[in-house]
Amino acid sequence: MSATTLPGLRQRTTSAPVVRRRRLGPGKPIRFGAAIGPVLLLVIWSAGSATGWIDQRVLSAPWTVVTTAGDLIADGRLQSNLWTSAQRALIGLAFGIVLGVVLALISGLSRLGEAVLDGPIQIKRAIPSLALLPLLILWLGIGESMKIVTILLGVFVPIYIHTHNGLRTIDSRYVELAQTVGLSQWEFVRRVVLPGALPGFLLGLRFAVTGAWLSLVVVEQINSTSGIGYMMELARTYGQTDIIIVGLVVYGTLGLLSDAVVRLIQRRALSWRRTLAS
Amino acid sequence: MATNVGLVTVQVRDLVRRYDDRAVLDGVDLDIAPGEFVALLGKSGSGKSTLLRALAGLDHDVDGSGELAVPSQVSVVFQDSRLLPWARVLDNVVLGIPEAVERGRQSLEEVGLAGREQAWPNELSGGEQQRVALARSLVREPELLLADEPFGALDALTRLKMHALLRKLCAAHQPAVLLVTHDVDEAIVLADRVIVLDAGRIVAAETITLPAPRSAADPGFAAVRSRLLDALGVSV
Repeated sequence: MSATTLPGLRQRTTSAPVVRRRRLGPGKPIRFGAAIGPVLLLVIWSAGSATGWIDQRVLSAPWTVVTTAGDLIADGRLQSNLWTSAQRALIGLAFGIVLGVVLALISGLSRLGEAVLDGPIQIKRAIPSLALLPLLILWLGIGESMKIVTILLGVFVPIYIHTHNGLRTIDSRYVELAQTVGLSQWEFVRRVVLPGALPGFLLGLRFAVTGAWLSLVVVEQINSTSGIGYMMELARTYGQTDIIIVGLVVYGTLGLLSDAVVRLIQRRALSWRRTLAS
Repeated sequence: MATNVGLVTVQVRDLVRRYDDRAVLDGVDLDIAPGEFVALLGKSGSGKSTLLRALAGLDHDVDGSGELAVPSQVSVVFQDSRLLPWARVLDNVVLGIPEAVERGRQSLEEVGLAGREQAWPNELSGGEQQRVALARSLVREPELLLADEPFGALDALTRLKMHALLRKLCAAHQPAVLLVTHDVDEAIVLADRVIVLDAGRIVAAETITLPAPRSAADPGFAAVRSRLLDALGVSV
């Protein structure tokens, strides 16, 4: 800055050089920072296994896990168990979504519906769905229906809560608009209520998907004869930590994948909001 | 328009609306002829929005009495454009009348938004959004257009353009109009008749006979304006 600029600025050029303040924020992001932690864990795991510091009976080496996964895929056990698990999760999820949305609509659109439904569902929310297992086993046995109902019960609550909240927070100005343009009840639901509640529903869906996998893990370890959870439970009896880890990796991958799918749906379905963010 | 053919589009007799025993409208009488443009002035809390909402049939749980006759085709333009953010511009225009897509396109063309049919409302400026709202109300071919401070949220330049647009649209479609505003100049520029509401009663009415285009530089304009400001209790 030259000293011939504004008179007010002249003083600044003659004063001491600007002191660089200490940075208090975390600073610039590190490239590929998200990968550093997992890679570090993998390195420790490999080094520990190679040096014999980690007992193979406690935790199999990474390469054993990889070859075991290869064997499981080669003899088809992994695929068939995965298919069974995925089927359970998807059926439970599908029924849970339908139930959650229908209940949210009834309770969101009518005061009577809310009075009748909302209380019991809030109570149900306070009870972890897994705590209902003993009762469900007594009622439904240990077959597929018990498993699917357990998943469903874990799924419908977040769908209901978030869809209902989405419904109730639709701007009342839009309701007024719907009245002035003379929308019928059904058109109102289709044009205003459902799209307005969609962001809430999709948020609920993300929780629901996570919840579905969680319930799946538990129900598959109760007297199952198939599924990833059964495969792991069987491995436990024989002390095969490599198979258990393969199961964990599969669960983790499924969780990440399904969350990515829901987020993709979110981006597509809410493209009208993206224009705000971008 | 079964009830009032040819004579009046809107007939209000001794309309009373109360909130918590406080009369917001306290015996309002008002007739609006077909195609007549009436501007309704009033301070905040004078009851002008309440009157508009009563005419729009939006005052469900409000206590009151009086007679009210409005045509079957009533459109409302609000201060905010009130476009559904999740519906594209054309879908907003033909909301509830999906069979009128072609008319919707024409309407958008009329308000100068041809080619923006597939835009999201968020992609439009405030003035453009309000033009979409105008298209949405006119595509229904209303006999009565109710407008609640429709230009209140717009900047001054955009507002002037919107005045011209509204005049053009009203000339083309000939609806009866009730425009609620707090802008005295806007009322004089646009309306055939200006009425002033105070404490729930109509306290003044001015028929505006100034030739178009109306300008604030016109001495007649200044005279009307000072009478209206008087009625509003503002001394200048």
